[in-house]
Formats: sequence, C-alpha cells, structure tokens
Amino acid sequence: MSKRTVHFKIYRYDPDKDEKPYMQDISVELEASDKKLLDAIVRLKTKDDTLSFRRSCREGVCGSDAMNINGKNGLACLTDVDGLQQPITLRPLPGLPVIRDLIVDMTQFFKQYHSIKPYLVNNDPAPERERLQSPDDREELNGLYECILCACCSTSCPSFWWNPDKFVGPAGLLAAYRFLADTRDQDTNARLDNLEDPYRLFRCHTIMNCVDVCPKGLNPTRAIGKIKDMMVRRAV
Amino acid sequence: MNVAKRTFDAVIVGAGGAGLRAALQLSEAGLKTAVLTKVFPTRSHTVAAQGGVAASLGNTTEDNWHWHMYDTVKGSDWLGDQDAIEFMVKKANEVVVELEHYGMPFDRTDNGKIYQRPFGGHSMNYGQAPVMRSCAAADRTGHAMLHALYQRNVRANTQFFVEWNALDLIRNSEGDVLGVTAIEMETGEVSIFHAKATIFATGGAGRIYYSSTNAFINTGDGLGMAARAGIPLEDMEFWQFHPTGVAGAGVLITEGVRGEGGILRNSSGERFMERYAPNLKDLASRDVVSRSMVTEINEGRGCGPDKDHVLLDITHLAPENIMKRLPGIREISIQFAGIDPIKAPIPVVPTCHYQMGGIPTNYKGQVIVPKDGNPNTPVVGFYAAGECACASVHGANRLGTNSLLDLLVFGKSAGESVVEDFKAGNLSLKPLPADAADVSLARMARLENQKNGTDVHEVRLAMQRTMQKHAGVFRFKDLLSEGAARILEVAEQSLHTEISDKSKVWNTARTEALELDNLIEVAKATMISAEARKESRGAHVRDDAPDTAENPNGRDDKNWLKHTLWYRDGNRLDYKPVNLKPLSDDVEPIALAKRTY
Repeated sequence: MSKRTVHFKIYRYDPDKDEKPYMQDISVELEASDKKLLDAIVRLKTKDDTLSFRRSCREGVCGSDAMNINGKNGLACLTDVDGLQQPITLRPLPGLPVIRDLIVDMTQFFKQYHSIKPYLVNNDPAPERERLQSPDDREELNGLYECILCACCSTSCPSFWWNPDKFVGPAGLLAAYRFLADTRDQDTNARLDNLEDPYRLFRCHTIMNCVDVCPKGLNPTRAIGKIKDMMVRRAV
Repeated sequence: MNVAKRTFDAVIVGAGGAGLRAALQLSEAGLKTAVLTKVFPTRSHTVAAQGGVAASLGNTTEDNWHWHMYDTVKGSDWLGDQDAIEFMVKKANEVVVELEHYGMPFDRTDNGKIYQRPFGGHSMNYGQAPVMRSCAAADRTGHAMLHALYQRNVRANTQFFVEWNALDLIRNSEGDVLGVTAIEMETGEVSIFHAKATIFATGGAGRIYYSSTNAFINTGDGLGMAARAGIPLEDMEFWQFHPTGVAGAGVLITEGVRGEGGILRNSSGERFMERYAPNLKDLASRDVVSRSMVTEINEGRGCGPDKDHVLLDITHLAPENIMKRLPGIREISIQFAGIDPIKAPIPVVPTCHYQMGGIPTNYKGQVIVPKDGNPNTPVVGFYAAGECACASVHGANRLGTNSLLDLLVFGKSAGESVVEDFKAGNLSLKPLPADAADVSLARMARLENQKNGTDVHEVRLAMQRTMQKHAGVFRFKDLLSEGAARILEVAEQSLHTEISDKSKVWNTARTEALELDNLIEVAKATMISAEARKESRGAHVRDDAPDTAENPNGRDDKNWLKHTLWYRDGNRLDYKPVNLKPLSDDVEPIALAKRTY
C-alpha cells in the first residue's frame, strides 16, 4: 500500500473547552506502513495532538483501543484501515459516560467484572506442587480465559445499556463461567447464588451482539447459556 | 500551586507482573499500599509475553536448578551476578506453583502437570541438549499470568490508582526516598504520594528504538525518574533484539514457535542456524540467533523482494498442534503479515525487545548505589523489580522465559523486603521537603508555557532513528561515537517540546511529552554506555572487538568484566564489579568460558 489520504468523522468532546460533543471532519495522509486503524489515528495525532484515545500494545492483547468504528465496536489495532468505508466514523464505546473524545469512563464495566469474584477459590491447603488438572479439564477454559477486558461486548449489548448497574454484562459473565468451568475452583454454589437474580444473569436475551463484536472471537452468549444450564441442573 | 498529599505505608509504581506480584505481598501483610498505574493493570505490557516462564519443574524432561543457573550465567555472557541468579533459579518452582494456585490456566501434560516446552538457551546437563523448562499457557502465557495476578489482587483488596502517571521521585537531603509525585489523567491534578517505602515496577523502555516489539506505554518512566533523582542506571548498553518480530510490523512472534519445532530459513530455504549453532541450532540464545539472521541478510541471503528478512517456518508442524499450542501466533501472523503459518512461513526480522539493564538492585529488590566506598549501598526506602530493575540476572543477554521469572521472583522479593524492613522498624515516614513537588511542577509549567518549541513526535522520531542506526544488533565504533554526540543533540531538543493541547482532562499530548523526558534519559544512558564499552559481550557486539584467542568472541574479561553505571548529572560513567560468587555453598561459581551453542 502506498501513501493515501483517508477521511474521518470523529466524535470530539473536551470538557475543558466544549459545551457539547460534536463530529469533526478531518483527513490525514497515511504512510505506506500505516496499515491498521490505530496506525492511522496515531498518524492523525501527529497533526492534531488534541485527539485523545487509549492505546498500548497495538497487537490486540491489552484491550485499550476499543472504540465504535463505522457503527460497530472493535479494536483499532486489529482493524485494517483500507477495508473501512470512508469517511471512517469513530465514536467512543456506546453506553458508558464519555470523559473526552474516544475515552470512556469504564468504572461501571469493571465494577461488574469485580462483582463476579474474578479469582480462583480453593480452600484446601495449598499443596507443595501444582494442583493437577487433566488436559480435557483444562480445555474447558479455552474460549474463556483469553478475554482482554476491552468492553467491546458489554458496550454493544442493549441489556447492558439499559441496566449497566444491574446486569453483569457479557464480559463479566464470561469471566464468571471461566471460574465455574475451572475444576480447581470450589465456589460453584456461591457463584451461582451470586448470579441468581432477575437482572444479573437473566437480562441476557441472546441478542448476540457480544459474539458479533468480540475481537478475540470469544462467545459470551454460549458461556451465559452454560451458566443458565448449571442453574437449572442445580434446581432439579 | 496547591498539591494534594496522600500518605501510605508503601507506594508501588506500575501494575504489570512485577508490580502486581509485589502488591500481593504488601496487601496480604496488611500494609496500606497504593499501586499507581498509567494503564488499567491488565493492559500492562506483561500481557504481551507469549512463550512461557522458566522453572526447572522437570515435568516432562529431567531438570534441576543447577542446569538452569548454568544456562542463565552463560546466557548473560558472565555479566550476570551469580548470587542473584542462584536466588532466582532456586525460587522458580515456588513462584510458578504459586501462580498455578492463584488460578493461572497453564496448559497441562497428560498426567495433569504444568506443560513445559523447550526454549532458546535452556539446556540439560550444562549445554548438551534442549530441555523442556518453559511453563506455558498456549502462547498467551503473559496474558494468563497478568490476569491471574490482577485477579489475586482483587481478592486481596489491593488499592489501585488507575490511570495515574508517576512524574518524579522524591528524595530528601540524605538521599532517602519518600515517595513520588503523580498526575491523575482524568483531572490533570498533581499529587504527592508520601510513603515509607517506594517500589518501582515500571517496565522497560523499548520505545527508544524505531522498531520494537514493545507497547506504546514502554517509555522507561521509572528509569527516567530514577536518573533525574541522581540514581545511576546499570548496564544500559545491553538491549535484546528478539530474533522474530514480524517484518515491517515489529509485533512479537514467540521463541516458543521454535520451541515447538519451528525453523529459520534463508532465501535458499537453508536451515542456516545449523552453521552458527551446531548444537542448539534454532534454539541458541537470542543474541546469537539475531546476529546470525542479520549476517544472512547482510550477505545477500535474505528473503523477499528487498532481501531484508528471513522466514520462520512451521508448515511442517501438524495443524492441530499449531492450533493448540500457538493459536495467538497464528492470529498475529494473519493480522500483521497476512500469512497463515499453517500454509506459509512467516517473514521475521530481529526487533528491539528487552532491556537487560536498569535501576541497580540486589537480589532482595533493594535499589543499590555506590556510597562511601561500597558500590552496593541500599537507598533507604527504595526498591525496584522487573524489567526496570537490574538485579542483575540477565547480564549481557537474557534467556527467553527468564523475564517472566524475573518479575515474579523479584516482585515477590521486593515486596518481602518491604514487609521485613517495615516489621523491623527500618522504615519510617520521613518529613517531606518543602520543595517535594517543585521539579514536577516546573516540568508541567515549562510544558504549559513553551513557545516556538520542538514537536514531541519529531523529537521522539529523531531519538528512535538515532538509536536504531547507532546502537543496533551489530555495533560499529564510528557509528557509536557519532550516535553518542547525536543523542545529546536530540536530548537538547527534548528540553523544548511544545504541545498545542492545553486541557487538563485526559491530555495525552502532555503524557507523551512527559514520557519523552523519560525515554531520552534511557536513550542517553544506552548510547553513552555502549560507546564506552570497548569489547563484545552478549548483545553488545562491536566491529572493533572481534573474536581472538585472547578475547574469545571479542569478550575482554581482563578489562570489561564489570557493570556499567551511567549517571545523568554530568553524563558520566562509573563501573562496579560483577559478583561471580553464588549466594550459597550449594553451588560452585560458574567459571568463565567461551560462549558457544
């Protein structure tokens, strides 16, 4: 790819300057080496240093640069800029308070993650060596532990938009199932009690936006279904 | 300007692997602890580590810490301190098993133990054959580890200050460390974190180079803060170029790919590592493999239209094994090279990856400086661990998987030292000097008021190009001396950076300018230290220090078996002895020898 100009429409809001948010039309000439959307907005920032966004690893493992790209949540670093229809419309992740430009306040998202007790509980005395786990049992954690907490899923979920304080959301529920599925964890009953509530788990209406947007190809809806199955099995 | 003060028993700067591991010790001991982190903890760069963490568990092949110690000392080209290395390799099983107990989802062997794979430079029986020592969670070991450590800290109720950037270290007239100043991204307000103990776990500074596997956030903040406060930086000439960064993109492809059977090939398809390292071949130490690759490219055997890379081939591996053991690598190859490695080899080049040097510490994680004739005097109240620190276990070249081990062992050890010093009554809340925040406020005011200044992006680019050209995989006498002069010119430009964003809230232009202040200290330390070291050792190989009978591989133990210390004030160098004596009588010193693989 050679040098080319790309056109953006970007949500801008600086609480120190702006009374209200606005959409900015702006273009930038990309270098041949600029391949991902993140490369393009980093290039843009060299022209206008007031554009604010989070970024770190630029390879899709840290989860910093989630944003709404042409109407769909995704990671800027894993999105090919040349595959996007122009003007490329960038907005902050929906449903969370905007702090500035593409930066949202993720407090509520992490509060829900923390609410599911995202840590292994095993009250047996710690053995001298590792706890054994068969390869098949370990396999159960695949598709669960890889979550990068980017919040693409939860902020694409209408149930989370309406009840971010009551519905755990797909990311938190995926993490909840990650511990329920771990043969080393002993807290199954308390974990299910923690979710047995009209909102926390059962606000999931299998709309599946979460699956559609997950940049790691994970499936929170399936994990939520498995938690529901465990509840049913526990009840009978 | 009014500056808020907050008081803690301990403040930890950085919430990657080392910071989180240290935080666990303090939280579980009940110390009132603040962990400052410029990104949410799970976004720290530990998350990007792929291949594994070293421990001689011996789950698949026989292994023991003696072999691991030998490999690490040899890998360091004898510049590593043998007391710290013995400490680290002996603690390896303990800290890895702890992680498993915290819930880390390691892959498993058929009998349910932690899965281990071979890795570069790790051998059985003192260099005889590759050993399976790298404990792995697929090729996402760092991610699995960082999340497990964060989760354990959630359980321990650790208090985090997320998206707070530390600015400067606070010392009193005796040189004791009293905490840090920091700015909260969301408000732009500066605060003082006043503490009895300060632990730096700020990670590396790979962004001093143009082409790096490192994240944007790896800007050497702890090193810059330490250097500005008069603490020397140790062995900064030693930078690891990872053999396999994706050509053009710089993104890391783990050595675990070669551990699982991957082969490096040149333009004629030859497995060229057989010529350079007949014994360990593609699993030789990283510095050796990177130099071999660059030699192949320089001699016209590179691949692609510009003959500027080599190929990493795993097409002979079973696809199901690739999907199981290297799924992340496959994603990265498809994303950043446009290649599915099941079908075609990955184009790779050596890429800046890791800083072996850092803030000088002992094996307890205490920061040590020369004082009153003792080169290793602890600085009261100051500790460091992980990539920002130099214990020194990696010496002139780090072995793959020893970095995750380093941050676990020394993160824990620094935390334990703080707890012990605290309980022994050696730590107290010393009065803050009246000017405690002045340096930080002056930096902020300078940036606020700068007119007709330099551009942050341009200055950073000039620094990165200088480092790339003058202090790369191979080093040349003339380029080093030109580079040492050039980096000082760039440093001068960095004093006058100007930003147009003047807002208080989430001003990332300001963050990047402040980060550049730190990067430039690391770049200077690297260039000046490299120019001065007139030998070849580990990752530092010069054209004017060739392989001779007297100096095997160009290594000059008579004159250069010593640690470099760079001081910011006066841009001056000092040296101190390498500790060739192990910590205990359990092991004899590993005797100096020529390094071959």
